[in-house]
Amino acid sequence: MAIRDILTPFTAWKKVFREPVTVKDPLNDRPGAERYRGFHKNDLTACIGCGSCEAICENEAIDLVPVEGIETKSGDSGLRPLVDYGRCCWCALCVDVCTTGSLNLTNEYTWVTEDPEDFRFIPGAENKPWDKLEAGWKKPEPNYEFYSLKREAMEELHPGDRDKSFIEIVKGYSKEQAEAEADRCVECGICIATCPANMGIPEYIKAVRNDDIEEGFKILYETNPLPEICGRICTHKCETVCSVGHRGEPLSIRWLKRYIADQVESSEYKRILGTDGIENNGKKVAVIGSGPAGLSAAHYLSLMGYKITIYEQYAHAGGMMRYGIPEYRLPYDQIDKDVNYILSLGVDIHYNTQIGKDISLADLKEKYDAVFAGTGLHLGRSTRIPGTEHENVYQAIDLLNKITDGKEIHVAEKIVVIGGGNVAMDITRSLTRLQNQKYGKVQMIATALESEKSLPADVEEVVEAREEMAIVNPGWGPKSIEIKDGKITGLHVVKCLSIFDEEGRFNPQFDENNTNFFEADMIVESIGQGMDISYISGDIKDSLKFDPRGRVTVNEYFQSDAPWLFIGGDIIQGPDVIHGIANGHKAAYGIDNFLNQNK
Amino acid sequence: MKEQKNIFNWQPDRSKYPKVKENGELDIDLTSEKFIKLWQGPNHPGVTGNMAIELTVSGDEVVHAKTHVGYLHRGFEKLMERRLWIQCFPTCIRMCVAEPDYNEYLLAKSAEELSGIEVPEMAEWLRTLVLEMARLQSLLRTVPGQAGTLSLGVGVQWGVYLRDLVLDLFEELTGGRVYHMYILPGGVRGLLPDGFKKRMEDVLKKIEEFIVNIENLMFKNIVFKKRTIGVGYIDPAWVDQFGIVGPNARAAGFKRDVRKDYPYLKYNELDFDVTYETDSDIFARSVVRKKELILTLDLIRQIMAKMPEKGDFKAQTPNVLHWKIPAGETYVRSESSRGEYGFYTVSDGSTMPRRINLRGPSYTHAVSLLEKMLINANLADVHSIMVSLQTCPPEIER
Ligand code: SF4
Ligand code: SF4
Ligand code: SF4
Repeated sequence: MAIRDILTPFTAWKKVFREPVTVKDPLNDRPGAERYRGFHKNDLTACIGCGSCEAICENEAIDLVPVEGIETKSGDSGLRPLVDYGRCCWCALCVDVCTTGSLNLTNEYTWVTEDPEDFRFIPGAENKPWDKLEAGWKKPEPNYEFYSLKREAMEELHPGDRDKSFIEIVKGYSKEQAEAEADRCVECGICIATCPANMGIPEYIKAVRNDDIEEGFKILYETNPLPEICGRICTHKCETVCSVGHRGEPLSIRWLKRYIADQVESSEYKRILGTDGIENNGKKVAVIGSGPAGLSAAHYLSLMGYKITIYEQYAHAGGMMRYGIPEYRLPYDQIDKDVNYILSLGVDIHYNTQIGKDISLADLKEKYDAVFAGTGLHLGRSTRIPGTEHENVYQAIDLLNKITDGKEIHVAEKIVVIGGGNVAMDITRSLTRLQNQKYGKVQMIATALESEKSLPADVEEVVEAREEMAIVNPGWGPKSIEIKDGKITGLHVVKCLSIFDEEGRFNPQFDENNTNFFEADMIVESIGQGMDISYISGDIKDSLKFDPRGRVTVNEYFQSDAPWLFIGGDIIQGPDVIHGIANGHKAAYGIDNFLNQNK
Repeated sequence: MKEQKNIFNWQPDRSKYPKVKENGELDIDLTSEKFIKLWQGPNHPGVTGNMAIELTVSGDEVVHAKTHVGYLHRGFEKLMERRLWIQCFPTCIRMCVAEPDYNEYLLAKSAEELSGIEVPEMAEWLRTLVLEMARLQSLLRTVPGQAGTLSLGVGVQWGVYLRDLVLDLFEELTGGRVYHMYILPGGVRGLLPDGFKKRMEDVLKKIEEFIVNIENLMFKNIVFKKRTIGVGYIDPAWVDQFGIVGPNARAAGFKRDVRKDYPYLKYNELDFDVTYETDSDIFARSVVRKKELILTLDLIRQIMAKMPEKGDFKAQTPNVLHWKIPAGETYVRSESSRGEYGFYTVSDGSTMPRRINLRGPSYTHAVSLLEKMLINANLADVHSIMVSLQTCPPEIER
């Protein structure tokens, strides 16, 4: 040790002359960095109240609460996150998980108030000074996700393998695919409210994830006794609101439902669902029609102990599901799987029996304690343009019906289908298959009033129809069918500019100068179906009320003004399978209530 | 032990008291007025958290020391058993306030190892960078902090200022100053902001200047030398007995460093030697830490030069809201500024960890080793010895 060890430390003194490094007014001079994790802000119009932020917060700093001016609606819980800064640790996991990207943190970090209760607020709803700040933490980009935004792709038959046959196109998920798809769900439950049957979607998806098929199967049957069917052809409204769909592809909810149902053998149904030996309560209910509504009512009433008898006008059960939907979308054995289980609960069914013809509604009233009618929409509607009376102008629904029954139908070389809904696509695609079988080529045009963007049919139906070589040419209004020498030569159309008027009424506008002609020797109309409720007549009819569209007025339990008569399905609501199922389920409770009151 | 040639009358054997009884216990009779009990802490001025040492002194010599922890127990390890894996990420960091990033890294690494997830190259580089930045800001406190325990506060102030500059960089990169929450299972939470490398270099230059100043202030300072050379000696024989790691082991001549011995992240692509000293006293440990500081500057520059500009920085993990990590166990480790810092992690295959056990260097250094080192120490050196072990009570208790 030397004298230098005494002197050297004093070199520190030279720092005395340096500029001070302290920030004088840190609150104003020192904004947080661009990525700073400060106070929350939330875009309340983009947020859907899915609660993922609440679920991930390890400090339980977030509560979802109602906010004035924000309504609960389909796809939006109406709630918004409230943040408690007594708990928050500014981790920003809530931001990174946010399904809509509405939630961010700002770079503001000072907030002075006398009341500690203040440090609890609803970002976006309380006009905080930092609401407008741009800087602050946002979910990192790119390729930074807490759950995959991409769907597990569904394997399908290639167009070349399916355009001549009615084999089912969609192959269904494997275990790995289903579990990976189920993993994407954030369990928010937003979809439940949009599903007409309010199915326990996140719960059964969770069961898939946990590979607990039996649990998932039980959850399906709580609200939906036709899972094989719905798992294939449900209109999946739930998927349109799925939270994950806001920034990515929504969950394949429908395919996951199908996956569960596909895993369970028919012989296992009763064991899993615990439905062996249901006790009969001695009361009898008749169900008219074995479509989704009727089957659903029959199923839930059977579980309650009622003796059910179904009257079905056709030779097989299923209604529109069998007679309207082609086999390549919904194979008949899958319909049978669902239906046979319901019948196995002790449900009797009389086929080829039409109410109003073979037996009257009044007779049913006498024989049964209550009646549920779900007779569906089986009458095709016509455009009534000149030429529709020609014998080679058909109703889609009649043709589909015959195809199901295996009856020979007329298949021309050139066909035009009028209509843009799913039924139109069903007949288009069925006829392309038959054309292909018969002529080895397809000459098929499907045209509709609606423009490409607003076609009511599912997008994949249109895409697949085109893959099968049908031409889908929307945006035209049918004008007349040209007939030469007693033979149809084609369809004259005019450009359709708009369909609805300002008040939202059906009032199509055309550009008469923009016309087109689609060659054809056969025309199929598929512009919607009507109901035939002529079996409701006489005194019974007089005791009911009808709405302007001719539908019977019913209460929330689908009970008509004739208290023993419940009506549901497409003739009341929808039209689609899942509404029918929901109606039948609700009506079952209504019937149970009604019959117990009368005890 | 090194010979002391100094102005104080320092006796190698200061243990006149107490006598040892036949049964091996110390013969301490507090009524004899030869001994008194003193408590250092739990609010100890020289450490970063609460921990107490119960001292029995005779005159100004410590004859017996007992360490007491328990003032800072927050139960984070237990809490994590009730948190989703992703939720452990903001929780685990609090186990060590001084260098939270090692916790983030080890949690992420455990989860990735157990579930077989590959982390993108870019993320590996950024993780290496952040861990070295964590070491940097920690050493900026602890190197001058040693002099601070001897009332030389000015170096501490310099260090705190520079540490703040490093925290500014952390803030830019991660959005947080102290708890960065940047390394998460699957990768990291962002690339370097624009101009970051330049700003980093500016700060590194300032730190280089600081190292020169601190050299003059501390290491060429007679008071500091007198108070540290030969004080707080760790016998190399204790290193394995007590599980001594990091700079404390390296100052005793052990070239042990997890970065070299069990390379992780990008360390095997970096060029460096393990720093060490042999005197094994407070001074030697300070020198090792100063050398570490210089090494860290070098490593950060190497990382900045070698890392790619762009690239994916996070792998797609299963949905974090119900991510089940396959059952299994793993021990992952890293070299913190205090030495080997490891997580022993057990998963039972559920969405939450079954057990996460932190192997922290402070536990061995400050609880058992310290009791031994304090015997016969001068009372005035107690906190200096404690700080020289770089004790971090939050990490002891977690
Ligand atoms: S995660 Fe996002 S969208 Fe969902 S409730 Fe929270 S802020 Fe709203
Ligand atoms: S920042 Fe973290 S602690 Fe704060 S509310 Fe969001 S998730 Fe919870
Ligand atoms: S399916 Fe979509 S909407 Fe439904 S719970 Fe899962 S993430 Fe939410």
